[in-house]
Amino acid sequence: MIPELGHYALVLALFVAILQSTLPMAGAATRNIVWMEVAKPAAYAQLLLIFIAYLALTWAYVVSDFSVQNVVNNSHSLKPMLYKVSGVWGNHEGSMLLWVAMLALFGAAVAWSGSNLPPTLKARVLSVQGMISIGFLLFILVTSNPFVRVDPAPLDGHDLNPLLQDPGLAFHPPFLYLGYVGFSMAFSFAVAALIEGRVDPAWARWVRPWTLLAWSSLTMGIAMGSWWAYYELGWGGWWYWDPVENASFMPWIAGTALLHSAIVVEKRDALKTWTILLAIVTFSLSLMGTFLVRSGILTSVHAFAVDPARGSFILVLLLIATGGSLLLYSLRAPSLKAGGVFAPVSREGSLVLNNLLLSTATATVFIGTLYPLFLDVLDLGKVSVGAPFFNSTFVPLMIPMIAVMVVGPLMAWKRGDLPGALKRLWWAALATMAAVLYTVWTQGGPVLALAGIAMAAWAFFGTIAEFAERIRLFRVPLKDSLSRAANLPRSAWGMTITHAALGIAIAGMTGSSAWQSEVVKAVLPGDTVAIAGYELRFEGVRKAQIDNFESDTGIFTLMRDGRVLGTLTPERRFYPVSRMPTTEAAIHTTWVSDVYVAMGDPVEGSQQWTVRYYHHPLVPWIWIGSILLVIGGLVSMSDRRFRIGAPERRRTTAKPAMQPAE
Amino acid sequence: MRRFYFILPLLIFLGVGVAFLRGFDRNPRDIPSALIDKPVPEFNLPALPGFKEGLSSADLKGDVQLVNVFASWCVPCKVEHPIVARLAKEHGIPVRAINHKDKPQDAIAWLQRNGDPYRSIGVDADGRASIEWGVYGVPETFLVDRNGRIRYKHVGPLTPEAVQEQILPMVKELRKG
Repeated sequence: MIPELGHYALVLALFVAILQSTLPMAGAATRNIVWMEVAKPAAYAQLLLIFIAYLALTWAYVVSDFSVQNVVNNSHSLKPMLYKVSGVWGNHEGSMLLWVAMLALFGAAVAWSGSNLPPTLKARVLSVQGMISIGFLLFILVTSNPFVRVDPAPLDGHDLNPLLQDPGLAFHPPFLYLGYVGFSMAFSFAVAALIEGRVDPAWARWVRPWTLLAWSSLTMGIAMGSWWAYYELGWGGWWYWDPVENASFMPWIAGTALLHSAIVVEKRDALKTWTILLAIVTFSLSLMGTFLVRSGILTSVHAFAVDPARGSFILVLLLIATGGSLLLYSLRAPSLKAGGVFAPVSREGSLVLNNLLLSTATATVFIGTLYPLFLDVLDLGKVSVGAPFFNSTFVPLMIPMIAVMVVGPLMAWKRGDLPGALKRLWWAALATMAAVLYTVWTQGGPVLALAGIAMAAWAFFGTIAEFAERIRLFRVPLKDSLSRAANLPRSAWGMTITHAALGIAIAGMTGSSAWQSEVVKAVLPGDTVAIAGYELRFEGVRKAQIDNFESDTGIFTLMRDGRVLGTLTPERRFYPVSRMPTTEAAIHTTWVSDVYVAMGDPVEGSQQWTVRYYHHPLVPWIWIGSILLVIGGLVSMSDRRFRIGAPERRRTTAKPAMQPAE
Repeated sequence: MRRFYFILPLLIFLGVGVAFLRGFDRNPRDIPSALIDKPVPEFNLPALPGFKEGLSSADLKGDVQLVNVFASWCVPCKVEHPIVARLAKEHGIPVRAINHKDKPQDAIAWLQRNGDPYRSIGVDADGRASIEWGVYGVPETFLVDRNGRIRYKHVGPLTPEAVQEQILPMVKELRKG
């Protein structure tokens, strides 16, 4: 009964979405206020209905209702409660439900908070959101209904893929989707602005907080996925340039470009058509990410169960959404008025350069990801594009990016002073050189890693230098500097945090790819293995039966110079229902490097186990940097000017001289 | 010329769209038909303890027969079981069985409780033979002709409709030919 309620709620939500996408749009065109006002209750109703559907599916999982096909395929009565709840989105159907739920959440948020938006823009934004919602609700109801019953009901379910039964991955998709779906806001605003025929600083001010929220969530989602790969796949890699990873990375880079170009629109009323295009492209890449993961067009280690019917449905959605909006763009964008002019050497100029580099980077990843498909379609053979391609194209693009990233904020709008800016960075340059020399002294090389360390140090110290400059540190009394810091707008804080965080993360990425060491060995209890100055003594294996898996936990004593530092307990699990083993690595972190141990297989007919030992220098900084990126994004989002009304649009109608009679 | 730059994104996107569209034709996942009209795979499965006959590829030649994949832990198998029994008794079609990933004592108890309509049963304890047959899950039922070729495959529990509309007409046809 409850799954049917969810099903009906979803159908009802579709009808509400149809209403939401048509009436307000027509109302905005004909200046019919009543029709425009429909958008608000419709957005609330959608949220309520989709929420009911979502709860219904969650309920089916929590009580293990095996008469629902989706629950049978992805759950098991013995599965821990956390994964019953997260199992709702751990599969294709449920994750699409989560997708529309978030879309509805964003729609309702605009309806609720957008009281300072001009009524026609608000109606159009919500209307475009409604259209996206129609597409995805239809997709769910036609091809991926999570409420389909199965008769007869089996005794128990098939269990969730054990690799996905992990806290890191349980919360990876919601953040990822919050990011993908969040970019739909920028998209809706862009399409609405094209229909309105005007883009101004106020528009950018409304779009930016949504984009920041989406970007922060996507950052979090990608970082969690990467963290999961690091400790769950058992050899300490954290990024594979896999098509599915790239699918989430492309909207991230494009979204980063969008965030920066929106600043130019807001402050200088320039780069308008470019920003609109970026908004469309960013969301299209999000849609494409959704499409690639499910279509089976590109092979990947973590694609969802693929189904061409679903793939073609999403492709049609993509054609309508992206094709339609780009068509609108080609018709309407030329008539948007260009704004302020600026010299090449200026804050705007550096942001344009940032945008050029980021767009090129996006295009690079795009080409690398889809190249195999293009070749195959043109009958030029089957190839795969791997990490070497991305390392030799993407990484070099990042070097000028980081260089400019530090200098840009020190330049004035309109016309900047490059020598002056560089002069103020002298100690950051010294610190960078010191970092590189220290690396040469301790590690020696390779050259690419030295470049990485230089980038990281430049980004970090340069950003700190810019911040110190801003609060006039050491030039005015410290108390004054602190009060200057406290009075800086949140967006300035956000920039400092994210730019410095990027430096930290780059150091981590460089360290882990250049200087990791590894030992793979079959060991007997009592054996000791030395790696990077540590010793690990294998004490034995403890067997256990927990929840829905069997576990072999290795016990290792970690020592340095004969001193015991602690015990590491890597685990090897076997899930009998899905007949799959997984590894849970044990990690000892010093916040500067990780000692990483993963259990391999037992050697047959003996007490020996194959064990993989790793030392990953600087890897923790990847996660520290990622978290700071998210924090920086959120701090920037909380900037006061995004919450108060934009002065540019405030009506200047004279107050009536007399109170009208009532 | 300026206008062209605004149309360019659309053109690029359409190019990508065409590539996606053609990408679909590249990877048809038509697994179900792979074994249709092919000889049954070579296999030889032992009998349940206390049963005379197991099942091997040689048993499937000479007569139009059904091969039913079942397990005692499978609820839909129990649901389709009366239909399987009726096919064997009322329609006189020999039904052989593959006991899929099961414990022998469970399978025997299950047959005692629900009846044993099978001419012979092969024990596929590790599921290897089922993989050869392309079995996705239990139950599945295959129709094999006189020459030992697989002619039809039914995935999931047999339904009266499937028996009336598919299996019986095909059996009739194959017996004639």
